[in-house]
Amino acid sequence: MTAIAANLTPARWWHNRGVRRFMRHHLALLGIAMIAVLVLACVFGPYALPYDSLHIDLRARFAPPLSGHHYFGTDPLGRDLAVRLLMAGRVSLLVGFSAMLLSTLIGTFVGVTAGYRGGWIGAALMRTVDGFLSFPSIFLVLALAATLRPSPVMITIIIAVTSWMEVARIVEAEVRSLREREFVHAARMVGLSGRHIMLREILPNATGPIIVAASLTVARAILLEAYISFLGYGIQPPLPSWGNMLNGAQQYLASAPWLAIIPGAAITIAVTSFNFIGDGLRDALDVRDDHI
Amino acid sequence: MASAPQTVASEDVALSVRDLTVSLPAGMERVHAVENVSFDLKRGQILCIIGESGSGKSVTANAIMGLLPKTIRASSGAIFLEGTNLVGLSSDRLRDLRGRVVSMIFQDPLSALNPLMTVGEQIEEVMAAHAVGSPKSRRSRAIDLLSEVGLPDPQLMYHQYPFRLSGGQRQRVMIAMALALEPAILIADEPTTALDVTTQAQILHLIRDIQRRKGMSVMFITHDFGVVAEIADAVVVMEKGRCVERGSAEQVLKSPSHLYTRRLIAAVPHLTGKDRIPAEAAAQASILKVECLVKTYRSGSPLFRTQRIVPAVNGVTFDLAPGRTLGVVGESGSGKSSLGRLLIKLLDSDSGAILFEGRDVAELSEAQFRPLRPKIQMIFQDPFASLNPRSTIGQILTVGPIAHGVPHKEACEQARELLSHVGLDAGTFGRYPHEFSGGQRQRIGIARALMFKPKLLIADEAVSALDVSIQAQILKLLDQIQRETGVSMVFITHDLRVASQICDEIAVMHRGQIVERGPPSQIFLDPKSAYTRELVAAIPGEQPRGARALAGVNEHWRDIAKNEERL
Repeated sequence: MTAIAANLTPARWWHNRGVRRFMRHHLALLGIAMIAVLVLACVFGPYALPYDSLHIDLRARFAPPLSGHHYFGTDPLGRDLAVRLLMAGRVSLLVGFSAMLLSTLIGTFVGVTAGYRGGWIGAALMRTVDGFLSFPSIFLVLALAATLRPSPVMITIIIAVTSWMEVARIVEAEVRSLREREFVHAARMVGLSGRHIMLREILPNATGPIIVAASLTVARAILLEAYISFLGYGIQPPLPSWGNMLNGAQQYLASAPWLAIIPGAAITIAVTSFNFIGDGLRDALDVRDDHI
Repeated sequence: MASAPQTVASEDVALSVRDLTVSLPAGMERVHAVENVSFDLKRGQILCIIGESGSGKSVTANAIMGLLPKTIRASSGAIFLEGTNLVGLSSDRLRDLRGRVVSMIFQDPLSALNPLMTVGEQIEEVMAAHAVGSPKSRRSRAIDLLSEVGLPDPQLMYHQYPFRLSGGQRQRVMIAMALALEPAILIADEPTTALDVTTQAQILHLIRDIQRRKGMSVMFITHDFGVVAEIADAVVVMEKGRCVERGSAEQVLKSPSHLYTRRLIAAVPHLTGKDRIPAEAAAQASILKVECLVKTYRSGSPLFRTQRIVPAVNGVTFDLAPGRTLGVVGESGSGKSSLGRLLIKLLDSDSGAILFEGRDVAELSEAQFRPLRPKIQMIFQDPFASLNPRSTIGQILTVGPIAHGVPHKEACEQARELLSHVGLDAGTFGRYPHEFSGGQRQRIGIARALMFKPKLLIADEAVSALDVSIQAQILKLLDQIQRETGVSMVFITHDLRVASQICDEIAVMHRGQIVERGPPSQIFLDPKSAYTRELVAAIPGEQPRGARALAGVNEHWRDIAKNEERL
């Protein structure tokens, strides 16, 4: 038999059509840039600023932005707002990312199991999803946060537990269609176990929608954390988070508006950026939209 | 147009394509989709454009219709229709010509019809778009058209939605739409490829018949020389975007001059009618014995009386000797694929026995059957869907043996060996499926099935997604493998010609039952059952050419269409 030469140029990841399409999505690129700036600022910023986030200076109360070394001004206790914003960013972003990871994990597990097993197991799992979805999530979050001792870890878990359902639904639908593909039949034919097929054959093919859902979940998790902290059930002062900074700013809205505007802007920027990234990923990874 | 082309000499040319070149966007596998293609479609003739996938035949048709995607443009050359050059014509002018002067029928009638509109409305829409007639006259014309394409009870058919019709009926509706404005030219892009052989034969006769009656010119795109032999007056052969040969059907089929044409014609499977010389002398015991196998699909709920019961496999019995090939032949819906899935236990049977090496595997649970899986392997139909796009070829081949306890290194060595055995080079091992062509992927699928040195191979339409020349290579490979390893095969196909190439024995399936079983010579030359006779008669290109001109043939096909409707 004559050997048939395959096309010998190796494919590089940046030649990938998905990557190319993502690069053309300008808002998504902007989102990535903004998130990168935010993360770097939150990680390294506090070391570069001359103040500690808990340092109280009563002589410098309500200093407006750009006064002296207080770039964003100070709060009612004279603490530097810039360093507090960045410290709060660490907490808020970390809670957002961890909640996303946890909820994606739960959602993917439930979705893959329900989608591949089908039958009564699948039905039971998906009705559980429906049950969770039928709760107004904000009240569920508040109820949980009010009864449990609020700490960043607990808040993360609470957010994850109330936001995995969307991932589960997306993954379940995807897996159910992948299950009928011939390569899955082929995997059964060579005698692979169900777990192996789910994890090694099906899951890699469902990563696209999972990544998209995950990026949108980060945005939602950041918002949820801000909600509960703003209402006083979340991250407790003196540990700053964007949400509880807003809470503290309520009574000074007229006299010191920057106290609300600056953390508010940080939340808005983070959330919109993650939504842009999510949209970009959705466009780039959507295989149904298959023109060049 | 002021300057008529000198090349278009006579009045009897309906459409003339001159040096047409269509460029592809940068980064595609070749620069031109179509390069310097010229041909004439004579008035009142059927011109077949034949080529394998990627030959540019559909691009040519779309260029004529002005339906090319935005990224692809006709970069030079001309298409003359009644003295007008279509290349570079404004989209409004083209739209006016489409449907009125040139119309087209597509390969897949289900996706080409609007699922939310009734058949009648869709035909009327064509006329309304060109502002022809009044609503009332359009309606009566639509009903006339429906009866003209041989659909039974046109009044009723007018109100049907596409999903209620069979594939053949949908294609008839497409033809009715294409004929609505009495176009001078009909372009048919593989109109019968998605259809069963018997339906294909009916549609071919219909097109031929309508073309004769209306004196239309038809440009018929196909990959099947059998179809060409059936209906063509003239033939253009295309390869990789170039036109390599053109001439009358007689000339191209009988004495092809170009090497590629000769190769293509040689690759077309023909009914041999001769029995295959078996790989080895038949052993006494059969390796596979199937007894009264039954599988019924149930959907909906019996509680709400919405249950639908479809018997897919209904009491199938056969046996297979070691080292032999049994062909299972049937049209879509005959249950042949379900039978294949049952044999490999991707589906559970309702009743009956599958005795593999004397042991009934039908009743085994998945866990009990898993140790036996290596002995029964399958080659799948779709070379694109049957390989996991996220796994390398090496992983695809070795994952099964490793799961069954073969050491990693040994499995890899065996995989490399098998890859070279099925005609792929060693560099294949670390690559991903999307880097390979359909034929290469099917070789990978065969290598995967051989990794376990199976006793029984089930090939489910293993070559039907491939071009004829690749098809011939894969059939040869399967034959060679069987002679070397003595593996038994169940070869499932809808194509009798393919089955005649490779099978020792053929079972014809119809509605879940085997209606006839015997060696190819019996099935093809002396079929016992009426259904087999019908099936054999419908094979394109195997009948004497004069037969189709027989009086009354048309009536005969109309009757069959009506019968099809009643069922």
